[in-house]
Amino acid sequence: MVKEVMTSNKAVAEAVRLAKPQVIPVYPITPQTTISEYLAQYVADEKIDAKYIKVESEHSAISASVGASGAGVRVFTATSSQGLMLMHEILFAAAGMRTPFVLADANRAISAPLNIWNDQQDSIAQRDAGWLQIYVENAQEALDTTLMAYKVSENPKILLPSMVCLDGFILTHTVEPVEIPEQELVDEFLPPYKPEHSFIDTETPMSIGTFADPENYLEARHDMQVAMDNAKEVIQQTCDEFAEKFGRQYGLVDAYKCDDAEIIYVAMGSICSTIRAIVDELREAGEKVGLLKIRAYRPFPVEAIEEAVVNCDKLAVVDKNVTFGNGGALFTDIKAKIHKDAYGFIVGLGGRDITPKEIKEIYEKTKNPVKEVTWIGLKEE
Amino acid sequence: MVAIGCVVKNPGSSKNNKTGSWRTFKPVLDKDKCVDCENCYIFCPDASINTEREIDYDYCKGCGICANECPVDAIEMIKE
Repeated sequence: MVKEVMTSNKAVAEAVRLAKPQVIPVYPITPQTTISEYLAQYVADEKIDAKYIKVESEHSAISASVGASGAGVRVFTATSSQGLMLMHEILFAAAGMRTPFVLADANRAISAPLNIWNDQQDSIAQRDAGWLQIYVENAQEALDTTLMAYKVSENPKILLPSMVCLDGFILTHTVEPVEIPEQELVDEFLPPYKPEHSFIDTETPMSIGTFADPENYLEARHDMQVAMDNAKEVIQQTCDEFAEKFGRQYGLVDAYKCDDAEIIYVAMGSICSTIRAIVDELREAGEKVGLLKIRAYRPFPVEAIEEAVVNCDKLAVVDKNVTFGNGGALFTDIKAKIHKDAYGFIVGLGGRDITPKEIKEIYEKTKNPVKEVTWIGLKEE
Repeated sequence: MVAIGCVVKNPGSSKNNKTGSWRTFKPVLDKDKCVDCENCYIFCPDASINTEREIDYDYCKGCGICANECPVDAIEMIKE
């Protein structure tokens, strides 16, 4: 076992090296670019035996990914922000064609106004595409989740692509110590991909990506819903298997000091580290508060959330995105599915700093609520 | 039942997609009036009428061309 100091982008690239994909179509975009650079280097240095396709756009990157995955090999791609927007059309095709590859999204704000900094609007805007979405908190989790994502996606009960979402700059460009698993152990955990439902082979010809008329389309979409439902169990099983092999336990959600909490923060991604520190601080001051980190946003782990928040009074849902006219996406999902008093907070859009003071303000505004959805950190006129 | 991802593993599967449900009006032939001119068979754009003047309702989309082309008004379009 090797421990190195690296960015989350390098951690993702290391995971990809260990997962041994055979095709990597990728187009650079800030703040994902170093992932594509590391992978180009690894392929050039023969550390990965893969075809690295230098495509001319993100639309081509994802199209080549679908094609390669349909041909029956393990595929990786990565993007961010406007790149993910350009992929939008083919994201749905990838899920509908049930091609189980992995995409890393370096979460970044969406134009306009043009902004390269972090929020989670890009991946949230793709939540209905039929992809599994996992949000990570740190570099180690980025590496581990990328490996687990392949195992979950390629499970015959799932066969849907996975998006590993890591906060741009906050994770992609800051360094942390990361444990790099041994190749042998990874090979045991993640054996080579054996496509069963679709692949290009002249001995057993088949068509993929075909037409479905009204007689079949509804069933095809329902199959995807069933796969998504199955994914909750498969993600948890995969996390448990990963823990057994590598000693790090993950889940659909991660509950911190939730058992006796009266107010629980609910959040996704790197902001959870800040909130956890504030939870400790507030606990020292006698406040009964906890944090529920949502790792799996799709499938939405309703049962796991219910279990974690069962004893609390109120939820403070923190969103780094907004669905205009309704509030944050996580907040509206929580409101729809979890029968608790919940308040939504829109924070950090376009890379606005989220300070400990603001995390405490969220706590105060949940304890003494004024309105349902509050934007935190807005400048006064 | 469709395969996962609508993958097609056997050739010639288009015939499995029954398109008769698209129809609003259905052509009904009165064989007593029919003069065996074969206009309906010739003009049907979906090959849903055979030389015996039997209409295949699994694929007939109800376009009404057969009724329009029939010189003796032997085909009536009836609402489904």
